[in-house]
Amino acid sequence: MKLSTNLKATTAILLLTAGTAYADGHATHPDTGEALATEQSFIYRVGDESPSYDPGLTEDVDGSAVVRDLFEGLMNQDAAGNLVPGVATGFEVSEDGLTYTFTLRDNAKWSNGDAVTAGDFVYAWRRAASPELASPYSWYMELMSIENGAAVIAGDMELEDLGVSAPDDATLVVQLSQPLPYFPQMIVHATTFPVHAATIAAHGSDWTKPENMVSNGAYVLSEFVPQEKLVRVRNEMYWDNENTILDTVTKLVITDENTALTRYLAGELDQTDVPAGQFPRLQAEYPDQAKSVPSACSYYYTINMTDTGSEALLKPEVRQALSMAIDRDVIVESVLAGGQKPAYTFTHWATAGFETPDTEIAGMTQDERNARAVELMAAAGYDADNPASIELVYNTSESHKSVAIAISQMWKQTLGVETELGNQEWQTFLETRGNQDYQIARAGWCADYNEASTFLDLMASGSGYNDSQYNNPRVDELLAEAKTSANPQAAYAEIEQIIADDLPIIPIYHYAEVNMQAADVGGWPFNNFQQNWYSRDLYKTAE
Amino acid sequence: MLSFIVRRLAVAIPTLLILVILSFVLMYSAPGGPFNSERPLPPEVLANIEAKYGLDQPFWKQIVNYVWGVVTEFDFGPSFKYKSQSVNDVIAQGFPVTLTYGFWSFLVAATVGISLGVAAALKQNSWLDYIAVGFTVGAQVLPNFVMAPILVLVFTLWLGWLPGGGWNGGAWQNLVMPVIALSTSYMASIARIMRSSMLEVLNTNFIRTAQAKGLPMRRVIWRHAMKPAILPVLSYLGPTFVFMITGSVVIDIFFSTGGIGQFFVNSAFNRDYSVIMGITILVGAMTILFNLLVDLLYAWIDPKIRY
Repeated sequence: MKLSTNLKATTAILLLTAGTAYADGHATHPDTGEALATEQSFIYRVGDESPSYDPGLTEDVDGSAVVRDLFEGLMNQDAAGNLVPGVATGFEVSEDGLTYTFTLRDNAKWSNGDAVTAGDFVYAWRRAASPELASPYSWYMELMSIENGAAVIAGDMELEDLGVSAPDDATLVVQLSQPLPYFPQMIVHATTFPVHAATIAAHGSDWTKPENMVSNGAYVLSEFVPQEKLVRVRNEMYWDNENTILDTVTKLVITDENTALTRYLAGELDQTDVPAGQFPRLQAEYPDQAKSVPSACSYYYTINMTDTGSEALLKPEVRQALSMAIDRDVIVESVLAGGQKPAYTFTHWATAGFETPDTEIAGMTQDERNARAVELMAAAGYDADNPASIELVYNTSESHKSVAIAISQMWKQTLGVETELGNQEWQTFLETRGNQDYQIARAGWCADYNEASTFLDLMASGSGYNDSQYNNPRVDELLAEAKTSANPQAAYAEIEQIIADDLPIIPIYHYAEVNMQAADVGGWPFNNFQQNWYSRDLYKTAE
Repeated sequence: MLSFIVRRLAVAIPTLLILVILSFVLMYSAPGGPFNSERPLPPEVLANIEAKYGLDQPFWKQIVNYVWGVVTEFDFGPSFKYKSQSVNDVIAQGFPVTLTYGFWSFLVAATVGISLGVAAALKQNSWLDYIAVGFTVGAQVLPNFVMAPILVLVFTLWLGWLPGGGWNGGAWQNLVMPVIALSTSYMASIARIMRSSMLEVLNTNFIRTAQAKGLPMRRVIWRHAMKPAILPVLSYLGPTFVFMITGSVVIDIFFSTGGIGQFFVNSAFNRDYSVIMGITILVGAMTILFNLLVDLLYAWIDPKIRY
């Protein structure tokens, strides 16, 4: 009894303080006209603490979401993923596509009142590339093709040689080493956000602590307890503060997704992930809250194409047969059941400007595929009396295990292939896969930017990410061509066709992100393929 | 006694040193490294990072530098994974949390466990005994990773009494479930050990003699039976205390407490070398210290023991 009275008292006090704090809240949403809740607070779950909230150092999806709130780059994305002005009001590209000139708004301010200048960007970009900071994401500066990026990172050139300059406070000029049609898409990434030089000079690596941090985004960091929570509150100095609706955004670290779901159902969270396999049940029970949207990743099996791999797998017919015999519909509908889509191409179907080419396998029924698979296997010299046997390794996870078991069963039933499954802890797995110490290995790849090359670059001979060690000069040629072409779709389609024939990798499915999200949360960018969300676009509607 | 303490502390230093070297070697022999990821870093980027963290130095030099930093400046180095935090930050943030819920769990487990064990022994084969034994068996087959989600389900989702996780600076609402989950199985073990040891003592000649002399039961138990009976419990409590205050990854995972247990396990997965080392040393030092304390308590309780 005492317990519940106490709790009631605490709740009452909390509600009272919340009430006064947000009494000046908004009545209706300016665009949609929905009635807004008095308390504008959004609480969401992540599975692990992020390595850093320093824009120059951040390297993970969850950390980037926080950094996008705390800092603002040149351009932002809207709910559909289109570019909209950020600190820059716009930009111009030179004829040759090598020079980008950004014009900065004059009312952008840091949270301490200082003006955000082009010099802040120059400082931030040089810092991100500097050997001294040794950022794991410094390569992004190279990926953006900024002039001298690679040499600066390697320490062979001075920071001042990086191709970025500020002729005046409102103008930022970026010099590229080659034309890059999707360059503007890349500057919404956290690595390119400005940082406040004086704060970093004063506090060193402690500058990201809440009491020290000076930022220019719609929010400022108010509380940070590693492995527990991170709270950000609206930034009164933000140039567009009057259009920000949410007052506080809280990120909670909850490792176990089932516990997180329980807490969500108890009303402690506004958003959490749906544990594997639970989507159908939750969708039936909470149709207004269970959401599945395409997520920019592809799931595939990579095949070791070197002589350390399996002899059987070096035969194209065997790889074809294995791919054909995977009933991808069963994988996405019965094993994963979260709105994922079967994959017959490496590039995710929802990638901007990419049209999935009609590969033969995609047009067949599963019965036709199975029949073909049996023929191919026989052609390669394997049958029921002489079955092929292969090893499949995946990183330890219940979901990867379910997929691997289902697929090995399909291979066994259709082709009589004996599959030996093995799982490895992540770091060990990376080493195994990176050293071609495997036959078939599970893999997944997520887009760094919304363009097909973010996937297909993996197929380049000698790419550090090419764990199959696949080597095809024609693919390299097409990739190079696509880099500078205004319309690279034809090249991408041809590459996908080559992959579908050669099968250095077997695409299995395209990811979807499955979330539970409270019905009163508005403004979530479900149509933003990279799920780049900005808290300032979100709001809570009144019950 | 004093020379015993000095001797034990003197042994502790080489023990810790061996622990450091062994952990260092084991850690480096595990495949992978702190900066391996799905996207292998370009060599020039990796070189910058390795130089920043001193990983480009020869192995022996890394150990020497590390030990030197720890001994001279009490500096356990920067975390390799959490870029803006040092190992000292990680420990300063996580250890007080673990210490708090560990201390309360220990207190609950020890007091309830000992009382339950004594009560059951005194009323052997009564309903009280059966309930106590039934409870201990039940509590022991319910490990904390089963207990934790059940508690959250009941107290958070169904009853709505307690927050389902978080720390909130150690508010009592956030403490209740972690303490129950962490203490229950220890409580059961303590009760079981206490009960059987008390039963054994109650059947000894000196207790019979005390009873025959006509001493009141209360006095017999408190003065004569308790001390010998608690010795086995004490040797169990020492390591239990260390275990509880140095972190339970299960508690940290299920209740998002932000304690040291989760940092420890994550650091092993992340190959966050400096955090692994820092927490290993912390746990090692705690174990040595509390084992020493238990030995001293032994001597204090049992006059037969002399050092």
